Amino acid sequence: MNVSNIYIDLFRENRQVIDSGISPILNGCREAALEALQKYGLPATKQEEYLHFNAEELFRTDWGMNLGRLNMPVDYAEAFRCNVPNLSTLLYYLAGDTLVQSESAARVQTAEGVLIGSLNSLAKDYPELVGRYYAKIAKMERSGIAAINTLFAQDGLFVYVPDGVVVEKPVQLVSLLQSKVDMMVNRRILVVLGNNAQLKLLLCDHSIDSRNALSVQVVEAFVGSGSQFSYYDLEETHTANNRINELFIEQQADSSVELKTITLHNGKTRNSIFATLAGKGASLNVDGVAITDKQQQVDNYTYIDHKVSDCTSSELYKYVLDQESQGVFAGRVLVREDSQRTVAHQTNRNICLTRSARMFTQPQLEIYADDVKCSHGATVGQLDDKAMFYMQQRGISAAEARTLLMLAFVDEVIGNVKLEPLRDRLRRLVEKRFRGELGHCEGCNICK
Amino acid sequence: MLKIDNLHASINGKEILKGINLQVNPGEVHAIMGPNGSGKSTMSNVLVGHPAYTVTEGSVIYKGKNLLDMPVEQRSHEGLFLSFQYPVEIPGVSMTNFMRTAINEKRKYLELPPLSPSDFLKLIKSKRDLVKLDSKFMNRSVNEGFSGGEKKRNEIFQMAMLEPSLSILDETDSGLDIDALRIVAEGVNKLKTPETSVIVITHYQRLLDYIKPDIVHVLYQGRIIKTAGPELALELEERGYDWLIKEFEDSQK
Repeated sequence: MNVSNIYIDLFRENRQVIDSGISPILNGCREAALEALQKYGLPATKQEEYLHFNAEELFRTDWGMNLGRLNMPVDYAEAFRCNVPNLSTLLYYLAGDTLVQSESAARVQTAEGVLIGSLNSLAKDYPELVGRYYAKIAKMERSGIAAINTLFAQDGLFVYVPDGVVVEKPVQLVSLLQSKVDMMVNRRILVVLGNNAQLKLLLCDHSIDSRNALSVQVVEAFVGSGSQFSYYDLEETHTANNRINELFIEQQADSSVELKTITLHNGKTRNSIFATLAGKGASLNVDGVAITDKQQQVDNYTYIDHKVSDCTSSELYKYVLDQESQGVFAGRVLVREDSQRTVAHQTNRNICLTRSARMFTQPQLEIYADDVKCSHGATVGQLDDKAMFYMQQRGISAAEARTLLMLAFVDEVIGNVKLEPLRDRLRRLVEKRFRGELGHCEGCNICK
Repeated sequence: MLKIDNLHASINGKEILKGINLQVNPGEVHAIMGPNGSGKSTMSNVLVGHPAYTVTEGSVIYKGKNLLDMPVEQRSHEGLFLSFQYPVEIPGVSMTNFMRTAINEKRKYLELPPLSPSDFLKLIKSKRDLVKLDSKFMNRSVNEGFSGGEKKRNEIFQMAMLEPSLSILDETDSGLDIDALRIVAEGVNKLKTPETSVIVITHYQRLLDYIKPDIVHVLYQGRIIKTAGPELALELEERGYDWLIKEFEDSQK
């Protein structure tokens, strides 16, 4: 049976259960999602973009889904602390797709009009606002992931920052996977920044047990004119966890966006970013780090559409692959005919520590304008022998020298994280990872 | 200190060293000279354990131990230091971090506790002054963007930090202007004690005006073909190597 049909049947059989208690905004998009899924299907490895990531196999697994939204009581805040020293955040937990509000961050509704909270609940209270943005840029005709996510979406996070408002504290969303059965979790995040607004969003994905799991997450982010948005996506999960994450982002004039995707520990991960620079003077910085070993897989796909002139995009992805792990980077930059004076740079650098580690990299520029500055580059190599020897001659052991070189290698990305406490924390986590001290999720009491 | 006996070494199957014999006693300064391609750099690389070279014959006894059995870092911990002809740039690794790691790994080997941050900074400060290396270099990546002279000064700074018993200076004078040469040489001389030894590899007498050798060797085709006092270096400066080579080749007939 075609793998999409499994989910189409599941949806049809459970339509009532799925819709029950969910906002009409979310329910109202399911028909279109169903149509898209029927027409285009889930990603298959015969598609070039999924050549090295077998999504079909993942979806074919017999996952449990918590469509009836059974409450699974766990004291998440107690069980888990994603602690970033010296960083005070508005902290939320997603258990599966259900938002658990912590004491420090109940649903936020400020006098200035900022809204942060459960997508489902806010969609019920602010149907017009959520309806204006929900499922508008997560294009289902180009992504079966967006289709299946919209088909089953029941909850997640909604953040709204009105014109001219600066949210000082970063919003941190810790997503936890915990289940007694093999689970598929379907999450949806919607972020809307008006004009001249500012927001920092930190997503931390963790698992707190070793059940097999698949998380399917779609993030839509609208960034208004002159706004600044930082998005940090940190994954640190068990090897039994699989994740498919798609971020759709649209930027208006003179907005500035920083996206950082960091995979510290995982099972199989596919991250896709679809960015549209829709207003003149918008600038986008997309960076990523993946550190893998064992049989881990990390597949980053980015698509940046320079829709109008005078926009800037830069990309830097760095991978360190050990043992039998596999990395994939495919980045496409589209510069449309009228997008003159575009500046677009893309770099992907990778280190394979063993002969059995594999890296596939495919930079793609598609340029139709003639007055542009664009570049791309990709390298796959090993640690620098000369530097290794130099350090060893100074008394630094081979293992320590390797660690120093790997840290230096990824620090080109980590060191660029603007949020200083997070940068320090990431440096420590990366170091622990390289020293092999991160086989389980950092900070989690259950695994220890 | 060091006793090299009939050392043969090759790289990619090609024999470069063809039976080196050399003894260095504590407190001595040896100069090794010789035409290009004679095996000078190979010798220093073999001594510090460069993985590209294979020792095919002979032995090296260092402080009574078999040097060739030791991994690269252990040779360093035991006090062997090489000032690289071409110091390596290591982007992203700061000088401070690099030096702290090196010092503390050595201390660990010697079963000493790590240096406290304040003691470490004091040590850095005192050693930097020795080679007039500005403090700003400590926050920069190792050798990255350093000028030729700065790189060589940095080598001597590291030597000062690690306090080796036997230092090999591989063409430390190459690419240096007169002032930098003097600073580097003065640094080496200040570090010199009656217990420590230095092997200076150089093409020119110039460096030997500053670092006075006790013994001068000439290396040619992987062998030491002449050993004499410091006057040999002066003679070579004047006459070149040809006469020596001819003498050597005649003796081989």
